[in-house]
Amino acid sequence: MTDLTAPPTRKAAPAAGTTPGTSQGPPSVRPRPGRIAPLPTAALLLGALYCLLPVAWVLVASTKSGTELFSTFTFLPGSGLGDNLADLGAYREGVYWRWMANSAFYAGFGAVLSTAVSAVSGYALAVYRFRGREAVFNVLLTGVLMPPVILAIPQYLLVAKAGMADTYLSVLLPLVLSPYGVYLGRIYAAAAIPMELVEAGRMDGAGEWRIFLRIAVPMMSPGLVTIFLFQFVAIWNNFLLPYIMLGDDEKFPMTVGLYTLLAQGAATPALYTLVITGAMLAVVPLIALFLVIQRFWSLDLLSGAVKS
Amino acid sequence: MPHALRRRISAIATATAVVLGASALTGCGTSGDGGEAASGPVSLTYWAWAPGMDKVAALWNDKHGKEAGITVTVKKQASGDDLVTKIITAAKAHQAPDLVQAEYQALPTLVSNDALADISAEAGDARKAFAPGVWQQVTLGTDAVYALPQDSGPMMFYYRADLFTQYGLKVPTTWDEFAATARALKKKAPDKALTTFSANDSGLFAGLAQQAGARWWTTEGEKWKVGIDDAATRKVADFWGGLVAEGAVDNQPMYTPAWNKALNTGKQIAWVSAVWAPGTLTTAAPATKGKWAMAPLPQWTNGTNSTGSWGGSTTAVTTDSTHKAAAVRFATWLNTDPEALAALVRESGVYPAAIAAQSGGALAQPPAFFANQPDFYTRAAAIARTTAPAAWGPNVNVAYTAFKDEFGKAAKAKSGFGTALTAMRNATVADLKKQGFEVAP
Repeated sequence: MTDLTAPPTRKAAPAAGTTPGTSQGPPSVRPRPGRIAPLPTAALLLGALYCLLPVAWVLVASTKSGTELFSTFTFLPGSGLGDNLADLGAYREGVYWRWMANSAFYAGFGAVLSTAVSAVSGYALAVYRFRGREAVFNVLLTGVLMPPVILAIPQYLLVAKAGMADTYLSVLLPLVLSPYGVYLGRIYAAAAIPMELVEAGRMDGAGEWRIFLRIAVPMMSPGLVTIFLFQFVAIWNNFLLPYIMLGDDEKFPMTVGLYTLLAQGAATPALYTLVITGAMLAVVPLIALFLVIQRFWSLDLLSGAVKS
Repeated sequence: MPHALRRRISAIATATAVVLGASALTGCGTSGDGGEAASGPVSLTYWAWAPGMDKVAALWNDKHGKEAGITVTVKKQASGDDLVTKIITAAKAHQAPDLVQAEYQALPTLVSNDALADISAEAGDARKAFAPGVWQQVTLGTDAVYALPQDSGPMMFYYRADLFTQYGLKVPTTWDEFAATARALKKKAPDKALTTFSANDSGLFAGLAQQAGARWWTTEGEKWKVGIDDAATRKVADFWGGLVAEGAVDNQPMYTPAWNKALNTGKQIAWVSAVWAPGTLTTAAPATKGKWAMAPLPQWTNGTNSTGSWGGSTTAVTTDSTHKAAAVRFATWLNTDPEALAALVRESGVYPAAIAAQSGGALAQPPAFFANQPDFYTRAAAIARTTAPAAWGPNVNVAYTAFKDEFGKAAKAKSGFGTALTAMRNATVADLKKQGFEVAP
């Protein structure tokens, strides 16, 4: 009951450096730049326009009904958003939501697995010295240069040989090892983890796994968040791999599913309004993910910085 | 996105299409159906893209399928050349479904990759249900039967009846009249065009050549003969190339938002298309409902009656199917049984290939978009009977890609199509040789 007697306003002061931002002292106030460099700004604005215009088109087009889609002015919002959403939800008893859930599963689970593999391998390649380390790394670098598209069919034949064609695993497994993720993992681990720290851990009797999980992973986390996001977006947008792997439309991710709405044979028109509305909804989870994870990004960049 | 991918996929298809030595003709169906279970329930998977096919299959599962112990599960796919690649890839891994929907022009490619079973023993009797020109496309001119025809796309001429009256135009019955009509319209309304030549739609060009009597792939003994630049095709290419060059018709592709808009606003007032056009017009040009009319395709010589086909597909049984007899039984029901055909018309909106189903029944009424033409399907059935035979080869996809590339460039430059046609032929021949087929000069 001693704490009752203590003044409620007093708390133990946090140790220096444990709260993000405090070890650096108060942020220095920079002078406002007097003028804007016109050329780079214009280039950036142009780039932003280039990226945002298609998104704006999808947003506007998804509000148009079938009759408005090709007849009204391109960026004039239409009146059909509610109908489009209802039609999309009703299409083949709501199969779109199933595709959305499949996409979330492939992207979420796949990205977590791939991040874990990238973290372990990147750490191993950065911290341990072993024979053939550079060879392994160089092979991985070649993998980075190899477009995943040309691997899809060989991967299918392999997966089929293992009896796993047309299963959830057939899409997940080829994505777990991401050469680019491992590459990023190694670069980040090499930059963020000082060898002294690892050796200090060994001196104190920690096992290698413990050092990795307790010391390395927290220090690598901004890099891991990057890998996770990168993989999530890559899998979310992936088309060819699931297209080749899956025959069952109940297991399709959204990309492949929406494609079946576009290509229904010459005799049947493409369901443009549904596809556009579906594409619009498909962007929403990505934006939400970025908004949520952005916090971890900036926080970790502060707390993970290492001084030499 | 799908377009870029499509190109990539077909590139892969070419790369992986390992030649099995035999040409389509010699590749006979000795494939093993040894695991044929005589009794016990059978479960079949069916890759199809037609909308509502699952409902048609449900009809089977509830009645005939239940009696015979055969259940069919439809796995909906995206149509097109990509699906051919997917089926071939799956067949290489012996993972292909029991049944696939395949377009007529894809059959030789699938057969030469040993993906389709010969079902002549089980389904040979179905021959009489179809027009000879259609049946010939599923036998590839051999004694084998590689698929059952499902729907067909006889080509027709569609025009805006109201605008034709307004501009004082007559419906062309020959291609010469067609050209004159295009020029007359340009004179009266320079901002409008009769139609467009679409360098994106290889199937349309193939159909037009078919009408003119072209034979793109034929065989001479064990060798393939490529006739893509034969006299008939050249006539068609020069005709359209000339119209594009002089600006009498537009040179923009079809199936784009701009094309939809041109149809919807009456900037283009006619469309050379096939029997399924009403469905496309319903979504592409909703504002023009009831203003269109259909007529036979213009002819090359006065008094003849011939048309090509654009689109249309078949139901095929794969070599991987361990229940061949059951699969053929379902495919036969699907494409010849009146009840099944009525369901296909109702649920999938197809124009059935079976002659008996082409008039009356589910097609007694004209399509809603053509309510002004009550005899739409009666006329369509008459036109369908005049379909010229088609001759497909084992690398239609390559020829189609070459068409898009070469004719696309030529249409943009308005430079005539002569060189493009030669290039398309050369690309097709080069690919056949690369695949290991012998090509007759």
